[in-house]
Amino acid sequence: MGAVLAAALGASLAGCSSTGGLRAEQERAAKAAGGKAAVNTPRWTFAMVTHSGDGDTFWDIVQNGAQQAAVKDNIKFVYGHDKEAQRQSQLVQSYIDQKVDGLIVSLAKPNAMKDVVAKAEKAGIPVITVNSGAEESKAFGALSHIGQDETVAGEAVGEELNKRGRKKALCVLHEQGNVGHEQRCDGAKKTFKGDLQKLYVEGTNMPDVQSSIESKLQSDSALDAVVTLGAPFAATAVKAKEQAGSKAEIDTFDLNAQVATGLKDGSLGFAVDQQPYLQGYQAVDLLWLYKYNSDVLGGGKPVLTGPQVITKKDAAALEDYTKRGTR
Amino acid sequence: MSHADAPPLQPAGPAKSGGDERLLHRSLARRLMGRPELGSVVGAAAVFLFFSIVAEPFLRAASLSTVLYASSTIGIMAVPVALLMIGGEFDLSAGVMVVSSALISSMVSYQMTANTWVGVGVSLLVTLAIGAFNGLLLTRTKLPSFIITLGTFFMLTGLNLGFTKLISGTVSTKTIADMEGFDSARTLFASHLTLGSVDIQVTILWWLALVAVATWILLRTRVGNWIFAVGGNADAARAVGVPVTKTKIGLYMGVAFAAWVSGQHLLFSYDAIQSGDGVGNEFLYIIAAAVGGCLMTGGFGSAIGAAVGAFIFGMASKGIVYAQWNPDWYKFFLGAMLLLATLLNAWVRKRAEEKA
Repeated sequence: MGAVLAAALGASLAGCSSTGGLRAEQERAAKAAGGKAAVNTPRWTFAMVTHSGDGDTFWDIVQNGAQQAAVKDNIKFVYGHDKEAQRQSQLVQSYIDQKVDGLIVSLAKPNAMKDVVAKAEKAGIPVITVNSGAEESKAFGALSHIGQDETVAGEAVGEELNKRGRKKALCVLHEQGNVGHEQRCDGAKKTFKGDLQKLYVEGTNMPDVQSSIESKLQSDSALDAVVTLGAPFAATAVKAKEQAGSKAEIDTFDLNAQVATGLKDGSLGFAVDQQPYLQGYQAVDLLWLYKYNSDVLGGGKPVLTGPQVITKKDAAALEDYTKRGTR
Repeated sequence: MSHADAPPLQPAGPAKSGGDERLLHRSLARRLMGRPELGSVVGAAAVFLFFSIVAEPFLRAASLSTVLYASSTIGIMAVPVALLMIGGEFDLSAGVMVVSSALISSMVSYQMTANTWVGVGVSLLVTLAIGAFNGLLLTRTKLPSFIITLGTFFMLTGLNLGFTKLISGTVSTKTIADMEGFDSARTLFASHLTLGSVDIQVTILWWLALVAVATWILLRTRVGNWIFAVGGNADAARAVGVPVTKTKIGLYMGVAFAAWVSGQHLLFSYDAIQSGDGVGNEFLYIIAAAVGGCLMTGGFGSAIGAAVGAFIFGMASKGIVYAQWNPDWYKFFLGAMLLLATLLNAWVRKRAEEKA
């Protein structure tokens, strides 16, 4: 038994892949993060509370950014998330109870977070808002806001679609009830010269996403562009397009390894990235700067991390970064 | 799990011990051991002890009030859901109904430019009507409550989003914070009292009041006996003259009432409501009731148990945060915690029954 195992192991080592796989990933990871603090300020604790659901790629990248900044700044970084507004605010409250030294909060449902952000101010905990809530951030008393203006990002999509000569586009919303999603589609509608329709799909149910897009493409052959609002849905849209035998170009908001590959091989037209890594990294770094040096960035205006339009020519360079989870 | 091994409790009637002295002597301890919530109390103590040890900030007064608030938002709904479970039924629409109730209240007030209390009143009527609809449909069609309320769950989810987008043009309601009556309604549903450094949310008071009322109904009124009887064996209950239909409709309306209270709390603490919220919360209420000793098959359980169940849930979900654990494991710990509490609960009850 042992001999068989050893032989199998030996064979697999000899025939190991020189591209990709765990070992390549470990090598990349070792190169990426040094893992040592670059400063000798006290070990402050910063907490981040987002409206992310479970297992969300986007927020994973935000966390990666925050964690790397935390390592560099000698910060203890803790993270909590809940998609339900009430429980998100309860999470923030429990970090206030723990007297953390700084808070990073996303305001996807701003009304629900107003009181608890005020409580943090009262308790003397500096707050930085990320991702969503650019309009409310300052009014709630946060130091700065770091994120992408969703309407501006949507407008960038509309313009890019014009540039590519598209006439009829589909905007696929994968989360009913998300204000940011509506703003993205509305922004695209504003600048797009053609006709843009909305399609709601159940984002937590991929087969449903695919079949919904598929049936929409089958029922309307004039559609020549599909815009998904999240990276994981782009690949699904490509499948739906193939199944439906449509000629539509698939474009997407946000970026991941699959999207980078898709851009490179031409199955995707373009991606609009809001650089989530920056949102996490900058939030921690700016909190540190505030604690260390009372620095505030943005002068009361949101610090924008996007939109950045990514096409085939950028894809090759970004592929590695998406694989290590920082783009 | 049969009901035979867990007879409905009839606390009004003292132990029928006849003249046997030994039985009389043991009756208090025996009654205590037979209480459905005993197991969950032990479980709650264990969870409390656990987090007191592993999470340093857990024992602070401010933290405990946060935990109590989290528990109360589940607990308010767990009370009528427990009663419904004792009556032998489920309500899968309970989570979404909370959001429906908040949406109705907000949109009625805003669209009619009326005093917010008008919206609150209309919302109460409509929400109670949804509860009655559930109950009526159930008793008329004789279909399982799982199917009926699953239907209501989907319909309400769709109506919430459909109506909100139709009326407001966006997925959340307009703010009503500047409208007349908002402040007084906020005092009732979403205020908080400060006692020293401790913040007591008004939902905690609502919760305690609901538990008290439900316990009184269950243990001291004829309706309470009906609920146990209906859940234990509906046909037998009907045969001895219990109004089964009325009792079940009443239980669903009880859930609707608590959904209204929770919904108004959501609305007046956040003043704008997201139409997509609430999905999935129905399971939290059912879990709280089950952890608190309510049998999934009906006929056994208590409101206090459901409250303890909600408290366990509040402690587990917030304790994990206080312990600063990696949230990737959050759901696992939550599940393990609930499973352990329920097992402990079942074990204590079994021991209690053996002794008795």
